[in-house]
Amino acid sequence: MTLTAGWFMGLAAVLFALGGAGVLLRRNALVMFMSIELMLNAVNLTFVAASKALGQIEGQVATLFVIVVAAAEVTVGLAIIVAIFHNRASADVDEFAELKG
Amino acid sequence: MTDLIWLLIALPALGAAVLVFFGRRIGEPAAGWLATATVAGSFAVAVAAGAGFVTGDLHPTTIDLFSWIPTLGVDATLLWDPLAVTMTFVVTGVGALIHLYAIGYMHGDPRFGRFFAYLNLFIASMLTLVLAGNFAVMFVGWELVGLSSYLLISFWFEKPSAAAAGKKAFIVNRIGDWGFLVALMIVFAAFGTLDFGTVFESAPEVLSVGTATAITLLLLVGATGKSAQLPLYVWLPDAMEGPTPVSALIHAATMVTAGVYMIARTGALFELAPVSQAVVATVGVLTALFAATIAISQRDIKRVLAYSTISQIGYMIFGVGMAAYTAGMFHLVTHAFFKALLFLGAGSVIHALGGEQDMRKMGGLRKVMPVTFWTMVIAWLAISGVFPLAGFWSKDEILGAAFAKGGLYTGLWAIGLFTAFLTAFYMTRWLAMTFLGQPRWSDDAHPHESPWVMTGPLVVLALASTFAGALNTPWRLAFEHFLEPSFELVTQSLPPENIGVVVALAGLSLILVLFGIAVAWRRYTTAELPAEAGRFWYVTLHGYWIDEVYGRVFVLPGKALSAWFARVLDGTVIDGFVNGLGRTVRGFGAAMSTLQSGWVRSYAAVFGVGVLVLLVWTLVRGGVI
Amino acid sequence: MAEVVVFVVFAFAALAGAFVMLLARNPVYSAIGLLTTMFSIAVFYVLLDAHFVAAIQVIIYTGAVMTLFMFVIMMIGVDRDEDTSERIPYQRPIGIVLAVGFAAVIVAAGSGAWVTGSASFATPDLNGTIEAVADELFGTWTIPFLGTVFLLTIAALGTIALARYGPTGPRPIDDGEGRT
Repeated sequence: MTLTAGWFMGLAAVLFALGGAGVLLRRNALVMFMSIELMLNAVNLTFVAASKALGQIEGQVATLFVIVVAAAEVTVGLAIIVAIFHNRASADVDEFAELKG
Repeated sequence: MTDLIWLLIALPALGAAVLVFFGRRIGEPAAGWLATATVAGSFAVAVAAGAGFVTGDLHPTTIDLFSWIPTLGVDATLLWDPLAVTMTFVVTGVGALIHLYAIGYMHGDPRFGRFFAYLNLFIASMLTLVLAGNFAVMFVGWELVGLSSYLLISFWFEKPSAAAAGKKAFIVNRIGDWGFLVALMIVFAAFGTLDFGTVFESAPEVLSVGTATAITLLLLVGATGKSAQLPLYVWLPDAMEGPTPVSALIHAATMVTAGVYMIARTGALFELAPVSQAVVATVGVLTALFAATIAISQRDIKRVLAYSTISQIGYMIFGVGMAAYTAGMFHLVTHAFFKALLFLGAGSVIHALGGEQDMRKMGGLRKVMPVTFWTMVIAWLAISGVFPLAGFWSKDEILGAAFAKGGLYTGLWAIGLFTAFLTAFYMTRWLAMTFLGQPRWSDDAHPHESPWVMTGPLVVLALASTFAGALNTPWRLAFEHFLEPSFELVTQSLPPENIGVVVALAGLSLILVLFGIAVAWRRYTTAELPAEAGRFWYVTLHGYWIDEVYGRVFVLPGKALSAWFARVLDGTVIDGFVNGLGRTVRGFGAAMSTLQSGWVRSYAAVFGVGVLVLLVWTLVRGGVI
Repeated sequence: MAEVVVFVVFAFAALAGAFVMLLARNPVYSAIGLLTTMFSIAVFYVLLDAHFVAAIQVIIYTGAVMTLFMFVIMMIGVDRDEDTSERIPYQRPIGIVLAVGFAAVIVAAGSGAWVTGSASFATPDLNGTIEAVADELFGTWTIPFLGTVFLLTIAALGTIALARYGPTGPRPIDDGEGRT
């Protein structure tokens, strides 16, 4: 029994689904953010697995770019959360519903 | 000099523009003087540019101003020929006098400047009409005249009756305009151009008798609207609601002569349609008789004159209808003088009596207003057709031409002759009730002679009314020669060649006229006014209830139809559509806005559903699952 | 065979970490769960011979990013337990159905290929060393790589601006002695 790309792909799909569930089900803005990070990581895993399966290094380069963008996103996102927290003393996204139609 | 013809229109138009915007600032009486000066300036230009026709040096000229509708080949062209010169003289000459008079008459009116702006606009419109070199420009003038008459008749729009009269004039004129416009379209379809010169010269080859008859009958519809002929005359008596100078302008110099002028101008088309000519002549003479019978019993000083205008215009239409263009135009000119004089005199009386218009409350004004009285005597004799004043010559030329033509026209001649008798009768009644006999005005009225700006024009017009007949006597046909270049394409009907017959006819009509004057004189110069009771007086006083009949037949169904449209079509269909559209959008928006919950996780869920659906769809389509 | 054992162990760790992150009521536990998952993924990278990416994963994610998360959590308050009741109608069943459905569809779509298809890796000798990655990154992808420099700079500036400027202008900086 040897490892194939399919193992990693399947695991990545499940992790991605768990991350999506986190975005949909958790009300804490920080945890939602973590869920998004998890989804990004799941996608990274498929990139690297595909890179290995196809014998091309580009998959790993793509992963690096995703990591960089995610890092930038995290800094800004967390700054926004902190700013909101300053004003509202809450990290519950359901309380930020002013744009209701 | 003919290069400056455009100035004729531009001067009053400029005056109108200036006065519309700055009339209040310029104030009284400067605004009036400015307006008078522009019209007098036009008159001066017309004299300078038209003198060549008298000496015979000048030939009819077409002036291209600018390319107007290039796709149809229509340019803004003016035509400067003796016919246009004649009309221009009348419009600007009489118009200037009326402007001058109005300075006195409108004294103290809060919208003094605005009034003169409208007057100037009227003159500019009328000049556009008479100077037009093609049908399109003429139509522009035609419509502008309608507009300015509406503005002027309803000038005192605070009075509901004045506003209604303005509307009535406008709407009735629209019916005539419709005829004119359709005629214009047929002309364009047949000739491919609207230019007067081309159309008239090629008419005999291009037009069949049927087409020519159709065009000319539609033109007649237009003429009956503007010139207040049967059956569209009804607006003119009500136009008395406007200030008196307006009545003078509309009745004497400008608007109502438009139809006569137009028929004379398009004579080359009428030439091809004898049926139309007979119809035009018949309409004219019947209108003359019809209006004269109504004029007999009117009690309002201006209404008598209004019906007399309709009657006199009937004569002119009669004249141009039977191709006696010179005679018709001649009567137009003389009528412009004495009818303007009559209206201005009536205005002077009304002014003196503080707005009183009922002749039963006048009488005996002869001593109080000598200038007005004596000028009115001249006008009275002129319109009645007493030798040797202007009306005598022009009216008898028309009647003579009809007599010479024979056939159907002999009958029309007899009617015209009888109308001359009626004219003498009602004008004598008018003069007697106003100026002669015992004073019947109320005690608090203090009649006085009018200021010189009002009497001055009266004197000038009285002189013109006296001597204008000399323009064209059977012995000296100056006017006929003058107009010849304009009527080269048509065969004119002329009075009998035999001078003895002419004198005999004139003598006959003069006897009838004097008889009419004598009858009225006996009846109305008594101390007490005769009781005008009886069926005839009752019927004619109400103008045969034509207004009421029109009201029942046309206005009521029209209003009912409008109400129906307003209720059903506008209220239900159009409003229903618009409201329904709004309601649909609002309902849709309300339904959609519940999706806009503000919860970001809810949006994420919708987004996720979309992603999943697309994913499944893609995979199924790719055959993977 | 040893690779399979390592994979299974860390796959369980990754899934467990993900579930902890998803279900924990206290964000601190969520963060620790996520940390576990990310570390497991670093291990998978090693299994896949992506050594440089594995190192970056540990340094940036488990190191920098998660530290940042912890920092913010501490700042906001550790002792806040989240209210687990759901106010949005149908949100919970929709979320669960979507997650399960997504995973099921992907696995269903992939199972055919993974089970029957390319059984082993095509080029087992592919090695994600620093040198190999750098060749690619600074050869083909130079311009996008430089683009990330701008991205990070802008992100840093944005963060500073968010922290420093309120609705009425720059916030005063407290020097610790009551003066501003």
